[in-house]
Amino acid sequence: MPEALLVLADGSVFTGRSCGMEGRADGEVVFNTSMTGYQEMLTDPSYAGQLLTLTYPMIGNYGVDAAVEESACIQPAGLIVREAASFASHPRSQGTLHSYLQARGVVGIEGVDTRAVTRRIRRHGVMPGTITTSESASEALSRVRALPGYDDVNWVSTVTTDVVYDWDSSGPDARFRVALLDGGVKRNIMRSLAARGCAIRVFPAESRAHDLLAFSPDGIVLSPGPGDPRLLETMVAETRLLIGRVPLLGICLGHQMAARALGAGTFKLPFGHRGGNHPVKDTVTGQVTITAQNHGYAVDPAGLDPGAYVSHINLNDQTVEGIAMRGEPLLTIQYHSEACPGPLDNTVIFDRFVGLLAEVRGGVL
Amino acid sequence: MKPASVLIIGSGPIVIGQAAEFDYAGTQACKAMREEGVRSILVNSNPATIMTDLDVADRVYIEPLTVPVLERIIARERPEGLLPTLGGQTGLNLAVDLANAGVLEKYGVRLLGTPLETIRRAEDRELFRDMLASLGEPVLESEICHTLAECEEAAHQIGLPVVIRPAYTLGGTGGGMAFTWEQLRAVAISGLAASPITQVLVEKNLLGWKEVEYEVMRDGAGNCITICNMENLDPMGVHTGDSIVVAPSQTLSDKDYQMLRSASLRIITELGIEGGCNVQFALAPRKDVRDWKGDLDEPLPYHVIEVNPRVSRSSALASKATGYPIARVAAKIACGKTLGQIPNAVTQRTTAAFEPALDYCVVKIPRWPFDKFHLGDRSLGTQMKATGEVMAIERTFEAALNKAVRSLEVGGRSLLWERREWRTATELPLHASDERLWALVAALRRGQDAMELSRITGVDPWFLDRLGTIVAMEKRLLNESLHPELLHAAKRLGFSDEMVAQVADRLPEQIRSLRHEWNIRPVYKMVDTCAAEFDAATPYFYSTYESENEATAVDGAGAVVIGSGPIRIGQGIEFDYASVHAAWALQRAGLRSIMANSNPETVSTDFDTSDRLYFEPLDEEAMRDIIENEQGNEAEPPASIVQFGGQTAINLAEPLRRSSLPIIGSSAEAIDTAEDRRLFERFLQELGIPQPPGAAVTSLEEGMKTAQNIGYPVLVRPSYVLGGRAMEIVQNASEMVGFLAQAAEAAQGKPILIDKFLEGSEVEVDAICDGETVLIPGIMEHIERAGVHSGDSMAVYPPVHLDAEEKETIRDYTERIVLGMGAIGLTNIQYVVLPRLPGEGPAIYVLEVNPRASRTVPFLSKVTGVPMVQLAVNAMLGRKLRDQGYPGGLWPERGLVAIKAPVFSMSKLVGVDTHLGPEMKSTGEVMGIDRTLSGALAKALLASDLALKPRAAVLLSISDRTKASALPLIHKLAGAGYTLYATEGTSKMIEALGIPVTPVTKILSGGHPNVVDVVMDGTVQCVINTTEGRFTGSLRDGFHIRRAAAERRIPCFTSLDTAAAAIEALGNASEYEIATLAEYVAG
Repeated sequence: MPEALLVLADGSVFTGRSCGMEGRADGEVVFNTSMTGYQEMLTDPSYAGQLLTLTYPMIGNYGVDAAVEESACIQPAGLIVREAASFASHPRSQGTLHSYLQARGVVGIEGVDTRAVTRRIRRHGVMPGTITTSESASEALSRVRALPGYDDVNWVSTVTTDVVYDWDSSGPDARFRVALLDGGVKRNIMRSLAARGCAIRVFPAESRAHDLLAFSPDGIVLSPGPGDPRLLETMVAETRLLIGRVPLLGICLGHQMAARALGAGTFKLPFGHRGGNHPVKDTVTGQVTITAQNHGYAVDPAGLDPGAYVSHINLNDQTVEGIAMRGEPLLTIQYHSEACPGPLDNTVIFDRFVGLLAEVRGGVL
Repeated sequence: MKPASVLIIGSGPIVIGQAAEFDYAGTQACKAMREEGVRSILVNSNPATIMTDLDVADRVYIEPLTVPVLERIIARERPEGLLPTLGGQTGLNLAVDLANAGVLEKYGVRLLGTPLETIRRAEDRELFRDMLASLGEPVLESEICHTLAECEEAAHQIGLPVVIRPAYTLGGTGGGMAFTWEQLRAVAISGLAASPITQVLVEKNLLGWKEVEYEVMRDGAGNCITICNMENLDPMGVHTGDSIVVAPSQTLSDKDYQMLRSASLRIITELGIEGGCNVQFALAPRKDVRDWKGDLDEPLPYHVIEVNPRVSRSSALASKATGYPIARVAAKIACGKTLGQIPNAVTQRTTAAFEPALDYCVVKIPRWPFDKFHLGDRSLGTQMKATGEVMAIERTFEAALNKAVRSLEVGGRSLLWERREWRTATELPLHASDERLWALVAALRRGQDAMELSRITGVDPWFLDRLGTIVAMEKRLLNESLHPELLHAAKRLGFSDEMVAQVADRLPEQIRSLRHEWNIRPVYKMVDTCAAEFDAATPYFYSTYESENEATAVDGAGAVVIGSGPIRIGQGIEFDYASVHAAWALQRAGLRSIMANSNPETVSTDFDTSDRLYFEPLDEEAMRDIIENEQGNEAEPPASIVQFGGQTAINLAEPLRRSSLPIIGSSAEAIDTAEDRRLFERFLQELGIPQPPGAAVTSLEEGMKTAQNIGYPVLVRPSYVLGGRAMEIVQNASEMVGFLAQAAEAAQGKPILIDKFLEGSEVEVDAICDGETVLIPGIMEHIERAGVHSGDSMAVYPPVHLDAEEKETIRDYTERIVLGMGAIGLTNIQYVVLPRLPGEGPAIYVLEVNPRASRTVPFLSKVTGVPMVQLAVNAMLGRKLRDQGYPGGLWPERGLVAIKAPVFSMSKLVGVDTHLGPEMKSTGEVMGIDRTLSGALAKALLASDLALKPRAAVLLSISDRTKASALPLIHKLAGAGYTLYATEGTSKMIEALGIPVTPVTKILSGGHPNVVDVVMDGTVQCVINTTEGRFTGSLRDGFHIRRAAAERRIPCFTSLDTAAAAIEALGNASEYEIATLAEYVAG
């Protein structure tokens, strides 16, 4: 494999070998500490515009399997690993990570000291960078410094669906209709809802509230997605129109939009939360669960509607992990209850949401 | 909720299956209790542990772990709670026994952590199955059967192949696997016959499925987390303690990982455990490795194999592999804390409620005792055989594996090693054994197909591919001339300089120079629980060949303590005890303590024991790299301390000296004087101190002549061999011929030592010297006569049979030897004391001098109250003993009697002879301490499972040579109402004494019941068997008797001295005091 470079905006250069396609890939360099689930991460739309560093050093051991993809393509701009396994072994493996990246035209670099990369980002925050097989370090660096800021790009528009569609796993015996606003949804959100009796219609991000309501949904789901929620004021305004109409579940970006709709702010975390081991406490029950996370921005609860409250907090840094309302069927979570990758401890969120659907329909609320 | 006081039960002596990990767990728990303001009361019979140090728990009892003893302690201390989950299976079983005996209820003691009901549900096969079924967890299909027809029926239902496990037999005797109906019938018949209750379990055979473990934790509020998962390289069929294990799992997808994680959390929740728990799974492998029924589109099938509702060996490994202090957190949970309320001691900014993220690979390899027991059965199965383990951390599996192999310290064996016979063999031994890893590498080296190897062994192809990467590098090194890129690539795969040198045909030192020239040096990365997500404060490092070094040199003087590596026979937990104390002593003296060790079970590798911990192999390359890294830009490298880590550390003295690296304590020259036979002889001659006559020989003729000159019996041993390996007492010339040949082979060209064997009582001392003053904390006398390895002898403090003049002579000799040798720090000297002839002075000979901490240091420190390691470290740092408040000479004897007794793991080691001799065989030790000798003896026997049942039946088989000395013992046995059984010759002798005896036929005679039958069927409850020598026929019979006793786990005495002591203790078996160690020592 030819040599490849990882060049960060702060001037640091890491030398490795190309994996996947040769060429160059630019993006905001982030890291995820999950030890398994590289394919799920690679197909998570929330990584759009980013170069994904995996802190676990041996990636690709169990190969790839189309059944675990969370979206139709590889989402991050590039992949940074210590080692991409040249040989994969798993009962379900259909190929190696390397060929998977290659087939999908994704640039990667292996052989770098990913722990050193991670420590740099932890200290100095996420920063732009590039993986390149065709430039000198200085050429790459001047290009990286001229890249548009990650926070200035509306990444949702690059990953949302173009058309309205129905999630095809919804069986005929579905009890509820759910409208899902797609900011970069992961398939397991739809699988999880479908398994609980929901027929799901997926709407593009720019859809209006009345488009969603015209579906006569029993509930609405605001999906995760990439980028800064401050750039999504239209979606936030539409969200405001949806709150209080039908039960609403917001996940990750969806949570941030709902929070903004309820008067809260959002801010950028220095290096985000990305991994499968974040402890989150339910402020009502006191229960702590381990969650899967992938977000670079968080909710600042100042200004939050007095009818709403912080329902979950992150035990590592006390940031907001969920909000709920008193007397209104709304629940949002910053983490990923759909897991994939990550622990399955929080699928109860979907149960709760479906419970809300049932209660509202039964006239309980 | 929070108890005011808690009783913690330790795990007792180190035995196979229960090793140092429980010292680590108990010590962490005691520290946690102190932090929580809970009074801790600790009971353990093992004196070689840190946990039984005076200042670890609030009250420390070194007493036998039995219900009556514990009841007396409970009555005395009235603890509110009992924490049963930190003392291994021993602790758990005792808690159940205490509950069943009504003791807990009587004294109102609350069981903490794991409810009694939970222990029962996890341990009882039927309840366990019901629980899993209620959770919807797949459990292994099995049926309990009593007849052949039932077995066949069960096998039809389950489907072949099956495993047949006879009930109530040890080590699966009589059972086995059946792949065909013919085999099923054969194994069922033999299994039913082997079971005393004619019952077998017919179980689905998952041979070749992946074995995966999860360590999980739950608090009282129901919050659950996973600490770590681990995947065994060896698939189902090999005990997990005997498996090579990696963490985290390597071949599990996120779906597999989360599926098993969720199952583990469901199980711990259902069991209601408050603390740690270990869950073992079998997971379906690739279908092209082992086919299984089922659809690949469904989640992979799995089975729950076992649940340990307590801290286990795997928890210790998980703890060290992740940095997450499992025992500490479990103890705090038991005190009522929730995970979110417990700070993460590693990051110091997050809480215990999280799951560690690893950014490295951990490999554990068991350390087996087959280098000592070469006649033992090396195959691995469901019965664990390893005495210890090593762990290595690196960024890739290959590198971690290579490092772990280096850490094993099996004769410098790397992955390049092959058994000589393999070179010509058509087939390599690919069945599960301690050498399978090497056999797999050898097979790949010969170009054997990895997929085929996988099908034969069940090892996942992923692991074989990685072994293949190592073999490919070997070939590159063999074929290419060395260049920077190649050397760097080899180092990144974990090749040691020595391996590179061996393949590339250079000297290791040349490789090291090249590395320096090409700037290929290791960097050190931190084990921080969080994959660098948070800025952690732990000083826990591993080496790797990457770009960034995190262990930059720190200002201020420090010293490196070289640890003792894996627990093995001859080098046990005692040396970890000394290493830990050395680290603490350095800190107290204001120095930074830098610990190097490779053993995940120990207190020394706990993240808060030293100022810096390097988890590394203990070899020259690793040590020099560490020292260079610690030196940084300073002019002087930090000094090393080699005298606490057993032979492992002492062996590094010479290489360090050669590299001009400073050692504090005894110099390499002093060590040489003690180890080089000729230097040592001259040294003693100059001092005028006697030594048994002997010589070093290099040929058979020379050997025969020497033995003739000094007179039989003689002690024969190869020089430069550890722990009495291949050492033997030879009685006559005909034995000598055979044994010399064998010793010559073990010596591998080095001289063989022949010494006059003096049959007196053996005495040993430990001494501390600062260069001017010699302090002797105590003298220990062995109960067994010289000839039994000191590590296998019972040792009494203070000595019972020495008079004042003899003690004075020992003091004098010791002082002169230690000062003359220039030893600084600790020295251990063994003497043999012959009976004094009327009118003559003491007859005392020096047997051995070891200028290092010996295995008696923890025992002697505890019973004398002298902080031996601390004094020794201070002396090495230049502080005089007098300035530390200790005058020279023999420290006044304390008003107590303490006996250190060895404990063996013989029931686990099929094919190993249990008779005591010059070669050490014990795995652990216990201590009996009391005000009187009889009390101490009774306790020592009780704690080492050698206590005789009153009025039981005894089988005697006494060799001709020892018949005369057995007479008083036989009289005593008969007098105490014992029923005697004896082999032919012995029974004739007993009859002649007019004592009733039942003769038992020998095996060779062919009749029944024979000597083995009476042991196996429980007719006798004790065996006394002395041997004639090495190569006699009776020895083979004796061997079978002793093996039978080991398997029935009944006392078997091969030394009349031990037997006499046990009979002596009979009269006062229950007359002992119960007091804390502090109370005994205070007098």
